[in-house]
Amino acid sequence: MDSGLWVFAIAILKAVIIFGVVLQIVPALVYFERRISAWIQDRIGPNRVGPVGLLQPLADVIKLAFKEDLTPQGSDKWIYRLAPFLVYAPAILAFAVIPVGQDLQVASFGVGVIFLLTISGFSVYGLAFGGWASNNKYSLLGGLRASAQMISYEVALGLSIIAILMTAETVDLNQIVRQQWGATTLGLMQWNLFQQPIAAVVFLIAAFAETNRLPFDLPECEAELVGGFHTEYSGLKFATFFMGEYVAMITMSGLMVTMFLGGWSLPWIEIQTSPTAGDIALSVLIFSTKVILLLFFYIWVRWTLPRFRYDQLMNIGWKVFIPISLLNLGLTAVSGVLGWNWLIPLPW
Amino acid sequence: MANHDDASEKKETRETATSEAREKASFAIPVAKGLANTLAHVMRREPNTIHYPDEKRTPYPGYRGEHRLKRDELGREKCVACFMCSTACPAHCIEIIAEEAPWDDREKRPRLFNIDMMRCIYCGMCEEACPCDAIELTPVYNIPSRTRGEKIYDKEKLLSL
Repeated sequence: MDSGLWVFAIAILKAVIIFGVVLQIVPALVYFERRISAWIQDRIGPNRVGPVGLLQPLADVIKLAFKEDLTPQGSDKWIYRLAPFLVYAPAILAFAVIPVGQDLQVASFGVGVIFLLTISGFSVYGLAFGGWASNNKYSLLGGLRASAQMISYEVALGLSIIAILMTAETVDLNQIVRQQWGATTLGLMQWNLFQQPIAAVVFLIAAFAETNRLPFDLPECEAELVGGFHTEYSGLKFATFFMGEYVAMITMSGLMVTMFLGGWSLPWIEIQTSPTAGDIALSVLIFSTKVILLLFFYIWVRWTLPRFRYDQLMNIGWKVFIPISLLNLGLTAVSGVLGWNWLIPLPW
Repeated sequence: MANHDDASEKKETRETATSEAREKASFAIPVAKGLANTLAHVMRREPNTIHYPDEKRTPYPGYRGEHRLKRDELGREKCVACFMCSTACPAHCIEIIAEEAPWDDREKRPRLFNIDMMRCIYCGMCEEACPCDAIELTPVYNIPSRTRGEKIYDKEKLLSL
């Protein structure tokens, strides 16, 4: 076969499989979110549809598909239709550069992280457009809040990532993962979580804000804004918003794992230079386990903390996280100039 | 003077800023406590809820559910149509029409005794007002029906419960 065609076919196959799996994770995630929230609140949760309620997401999807697809009067029809896809597409597109296994990603760019940040920044358009086009004041407020929040926290997110890029001296995510690998149990300390703890904390919290998850779900805010930007959306358009939100969550977890938690590597498992299929499968397994644990953390936090007030959100974003991440950037720069490789000098 | 005001204002804002900062710093411990608490609930997993239609909770003694009318040892209704219950009823859901009783020990008995269960607030005032202990609230609480008409209980229905 023509080699160019072969490369093309492989790329298509990778895209279909990886995106397909990510989309399949979403219903599972919804199910686990409902079950875990039930356990946290001393309830039982959905357990009627299928064995232990596992088919509940399927039932939800069928219900959503058969709902009437409303378009409110006086809405800006084109933008109204476009908005859900502007939330959903960037989230799934950003996942393309995340290495889910050893050198396994949908698209391997040299500019990995920068592409991801650029693309995921686009999802704010979806929220703002959805809020604007609905011809509903609650939606508009939700869209406004979404744009303000995402712009504020994107700065902190970007700055915390820059600190990592400074020590890594590369933007290639696979290289960053390799640098976090160490042979022994103490190699765990090679993780950027321990090398750059400040950046890790700032990144984690900014990721919560970027994905509009509690305690930062002000754009939705059921109590004050009746659902915020997606108040007027129903049926599959609402489902698309919902999917976008959960895919963004998975993407952010994937980025967190890659940047701070050693990605697809584990300290005890040697990185092969010419990996077999088994090695790659193992690395995919490691990556997925880490992502699932992080997703559990997302859910866990959501059902523990209440929502921030709007001014608190802005204060924390601009007065706390941006200065802290700038400080961290300065510290990293100084330590780099002084020749310490790491923010925390290693004991060996 | 104006300068002085400015300075004092600035000082004030600085003070509030530091107290705000202190508040923020103290966030971490309650957040960690909260996370530990919720995780403990996930691990313990003792739901307070039940699989409702499959298992039913037994109501506590004194629970006020569906009404019923009692009969005496001869099988006659105890009710003497005194209207005490419908007078006491705050929801005005009891409708009684009396007729002459065929028995010697009482003057009246109800010809019609309707309770509109949709209006009833299950307060138990009728039970307390009744001088003959003829009406009673049972612990039956799951009483659905398909039409509103079914929710108006007449004398036969109340006696049969």
